[in-house]
Amino acid sequence: MRDRTWSAGAYMAEFGSARELTDAVRAFSERGYTRLETYSPVPLDSVLPRRRSRLPVAVFIVGAIGGLLSYWIQWYANAYAYPLDIGGRPAHAIPAFLIPTFEGTVLAASLAAFIGFFVIARLPQPWHPVFEIEGFDRATIDRYWLAVDAADPHCAPDRTIRELRALSPLRLVQLEPPR
Amino acid sequence: MSAVARPAPSAAIAGDEWPVMRGQSSDAEITDLVLAPLWRTGRVWWMLFAISALGTLLLLFTVTYTVLVGIGTWGNNIPVAWAFAITNFVWWIGIGHAGTFISAFLLLLNQRWRGSINRVAEAMTIFALVNAALFPLLHLGRPWFAYWLIPYPATMNVWPNFKSALPWDVAAVTTYFTVSLLFWYLGLVPDLASARDRAPGRLRRRVYGLFAMGWRGSGFEWKRYHVAYVLLAGLATPLVISVHSVVSLDFSIAQLPGWHSTIFPPYFVVGAIYSGLAMVLVLLLPVRRAFGLYDIITEAHLNAIAKLMLAMGLMLAYSYVIETFISWYSADPFERYTYLAARPLGPYAVVYWIMTALNILSPQLFWSRRLRTNGTALFLASIGILVGMWMERFVIIVTSLNRDFLTSSWHIYIPSWVDWGILAGSFGLFGLLFLLFLRFVPSVAISEVKELRIERENTPEQETRRA
Repeated sequence: MRDRTWSAGAYMAEFGSARELTDAVRAFSERGYTRLETYSPVPLDSVLPRRRSRLPVAVFIVGAIGGLLSYWIQWYANAYAYPLDIGGRPAHAIPAFLIPTFEGTVLAASLAAFIGFFVIARLPQPWHPVFEIEGFDRATIDRYWLAVDAADPHCAPDRTIRELRALSPLRLVQLEPPR
Repeated sequence: MSAVARPAPSAAIAGDEWPVMRGQSSDAEITDLVLAPLWRTGRVWWMLFAISALGTLLLLFTVTYTVLVGIGTWGNNIPVAWAFAITNFVWWIGIGHAGTFISAFLLLLNQRWRGSINRVAEAMTIFALVNAALFPLLHLGRPWFAYWLIPYPATMNVWPNFKSALPWDVAAVTTYFTVSLLFWYLGLVPDLASARDRAPGRLRRRVYGLFAMGWRGSGFEWKRYHVAYVLLAGLATPLVISVHSVVSLDFSIAQLPGWHSTIFPPYFVVGAIYSGLAMVLVLLLPVRRAFGLYDIITEAHLNAIAKLMLAMGLMLAYSYVIETFISWYSADPFERYTYLAARPLGPYAVVYWIMTALNILSPQLFWSRRLRTNGTALFLASIGILVGMWMERFVIIVTSLNRDFLTSSWHIYIPSWVDWGILAGSFGLFGLLFLLFLRFVPSVAISEVKELRIERENTPEQETRRA
């Protein structure tokens, strides 16, 4: 499941603890809701089904390319374009070239992991509908939010609100679809 | 039933008898405690800042003087061409290692106590690397040609010689710096969002908001964040081992007695982590006191770091013994002379013996359980280790160079005032950067500390009590 932009609006409930939120998520999943999202100051248990991240594969590929490129640069510079004969040592010196190759691999892979995260998480994102909610700034401090997508096939406004209220949240907020 | 992603902390957490977190602070109180230095500054901070700024000015002055006049202003000579510059370089790089060790190595080993000290350690790494990078650049003599070290297509068609250890250094150090910075920043994103949401005033909210990239803490973000963070940790871990190994190759692929040794890579890595842990304590103990972080940085952390330092100190002592034994066992007269005469009895014998005493004896304090959590003992021992490790780099470089094979080429090395000025100035720059870090960046990983708190609430004993 991808991060939601709530283009159809959402019903959101605020809780005071991680336990209440995970219990709420579990209850809603069991009822058949599929488009749920949590907002929390700490990472929660994988209570929501998520697709396996493809980032590791991307990191592996970019790392491999980085390593090959590093080796190629060295081969090109020292063995092909400008070979220097120093004491009869081979121009194509594999053991020596392996060290920058390793560094190039790690560098490329790390950049891929870093940039890849921001691309996948769709950050930077200076504005998001949830930022409009009064008091949502505590979602990074000590409040735990559950959001139900209004476009969820299981969602029926009155029933959903009733079900959310039954969880006795601190607050219920309806997020209007952005105009 | 656990509310968090990773397994609950077990007895595996360092400090079997001390909790990694204490007190009944709420999430909001933890956040405000850590963020407090961001919103107001004390007089002590300004005093330290002024001292560091003076040090930085000294650095600026001595560096400018060096660049304008040339490295003839240093005490370097032939054969002692490396001297202070490379001593400082190796020492500062070594300091950096503990940061990555704590943040990456211990993350992969699921040592949860790292959570409250990794931020300081990572910041230390980055600032130490900034200092380290300065020295080889200046040592080039013509630092404005530093870009020649980078393989770029030039009309001159002259390339770096990758069979030399020096381009390896460039590759290793730039990679290490970049990866450390990325890792640090990625770890900061959720905390910058906390700072954004707690910031008083519009401007600060804007600035922290900019750096927080719009982090909301959604389940999706957290999940992907963890994948990226663990990947980066996995990538940074081999760097801890490799960077100082590569630095040690600068020495060990040379023929010089005292350098030409296969023990160098592990020996350098151990020494690096050793001195880095000492620097972590030198920074952490005052921060803990100044910001009142006793509930977050507990005896468990001090105990764990002290134990690690003791282990590293013993490994280093082993390296000293083996290195000396092998020089005798090799039956090579030059090796034997360097290790058995030049170092213990030569012109730098005082430095050699102080180094041996400080590096081998200081950590022995930490066999005592009481001293492992005693701030004063830890601080003094750490200073001793830092001085000892600097001297070790000096001994390796200067004593090997100043008496090499031919007696006729021997030459004594005496540092000039510029050498001392740059060394002292580099402390100023380090302090300046670290103080700015304390002032503008959350110095403890807030979300990780909150995780620890929630885990503590969800331990089996608490579960049964609730039921």
